[in-house]
Amino acid sequence: MNNVQRESAAPLLDIENLRISFPTAQGRTEAVRGVSLRMGRERVAVVGESGSGKSITFRSLLGLLPATATVSADRMCLEGQDLFSLGARGMRAIRGRRIGMVVQDPKQGLDPLMTIGSQLVEMLRLHRKAPAAGAYSRALDLLAEVHIRDPKRVMGLYPHEVSGGMAQRAMLAMILSAEPDLLIADEATSALDAVVRHRILDLIEEQVRLRGMGLVLISHDLDLVARYADRILVMYAGRVMEELRGGEMSAARHPYTRGLLACRPSLDHPGQDLPVLQREASWLQ
Amino acid sequence: MATVNPPALRIDNLVVQRGTAQVVNGVSFSVPHGGSLGIVGESGCGKSTILRAVAGIDQQWTGQIEIGGRPIGVQRTLADRRAMQMVFQDPLAALNPSHTIDEILREPLIVHGMAEQEARIVQALQTVALPLTARFRFPGQLSGGQRQRVCIARALLVEPQVLLLDEPTSALDVSVQAEVLNLLSRLRRERQQAFVLVSHDLHVVAHMCDRIAFMVGGRFTDVLTRDQLRGATLHHPEAQRLLDAALTH
Repeated sequence: MNNVQRESAAPLLDIENLRISFPTAQGRTEAVRGVSLRMGRERVAVVGESGSGKSITFRSLLGLLPATATVSADRMCLEGQDLFSLGARGMRAIRGRRIGMVVQDPKQGLDPLMTIGSQLVEMLRLHRKAPAAGAYSRALDLLAEVHIRDPKRVMGLYPHEVSGGMAQRAMLAMILSAEPDLLIADEATSALDAVVRHRILDLIEEQVRLRGMGLVLISHDLDLVARYADRILVMYAGRVMEELRGGEMSAARHPYTRGLLACRPSLDHPGQDLPVLQREASWLQ
Repeated sequence: MATVNPPALRIDNLVVQRGTAQVVNGVSFSVPHGGSLGIVGESGCGKSTILRAVAGIDQQWTGQIEIGGRPIGVQRTLADRRAMQMVFQDPLAALNPSHTIDEILREPLIVHGMAEQEARIVQALQTVALPLTARFRFPGQLSGGQRQRVCIARALLVEPQVLLLDEPTSALDVSVQAEVLNLLSRLRRERQQAFVLVSHDLHVVAHMCDRIAFMVGGRFTDVLTRDQLRGATLHHPEAQRLLDAALTH
């Protein structure tokens, strides 16, 4: 169905000079200061500390920022379609259907009062206009696709009855149900433990390859993203400090990236004091 | 030797119930003064529950808990509570948002009837390297790392024998984590502070602790020293998965 769009020459996502600011008692605070990104159907990781603007950069694509935020950009396009010119109605057609977002805490993203099955069916009926009967069997398929072993049983469970990893799988199934072109995973695995974390990322990677989606992986965990991304953007104070190729974290040149890499505890030299990141004002010039 | 100089914390055959489920199935360990034990395991393995039972938050437990050779029961005396202090994962949830840092730090001093409150509060802020200007701010006005320092300062104020740390840095950025971990290492060196650190991050635990316990299904499956970690073969496949996941990056 999307064949025409997929063959078009415009990049999947094209952001030029994005700026986001918030009013504070001391005047406006610029949270994002001129971020540009052009990406196709590839895997891009965005890393940085909290407050570096990595989340709100991509939330702004979905129109999910607080009403007080001021957003401006020279260009903000999804496959050539200007996202700024869309009204509330137009954005609803993009949100979820074209751009899907997996959030950090699946238990917060899921409705606690609805079973996983009924939430999935709701998504299918809303985004894909599926008939009720078809939606149920499609929901079962989707749960199986995210490797939930007993989909029939899980359909009838409430979010509090499943583990964090299972909830994140169900969440992913819901997002995938709308068949988005771009998947944004915002700290999608931060709330999970190390082993489950890799399983979920493997799953996301598999689905991204299978469906030919673009992936934006937002994370504060440098090691993790290095393995799952083609490109890595390192953000600090609302700017992109440097861009690296996937798996080449060690080639980082910027002192900020190098500082972040150095201050992680490692199994190689335990027990010593960790180097502490020294921030320089010159990084913001 | 052990009877002459009892360990800071000794746990023998600790069993913790949550409703009908048995969350911790007979765990024993001891931590000497100035020593540290790290507990790693997947979520739900019962690692935090051990700390909660020791701290007296979970009361459905059996077994023995001794602090400095003194047995401690389910009902806690003031002295028992002072002997151990806990630091939680989410500093924002652990601090009263409508109290200033000064009030937060003063409270344990009042509870335990300690003198020289002014001097102790100032000293506590200095110990955790917080600026004195933070004293009359609210938790919401501090950064995540600063808030966790307030929690550590509050725990240290009553001079506990054992510090119980439940994922103290997993809500923090790596850069801030480094600062908090360095602070904890320094306290251990300078004050001979014993601590038990629970985390799902083996890197953090291996960095901080002399001994590391792997926990699966409410039991310790392996207890290793930090030097034994590399290339270790563990008794339980889940523990092994955890170790391998950490070693591969």
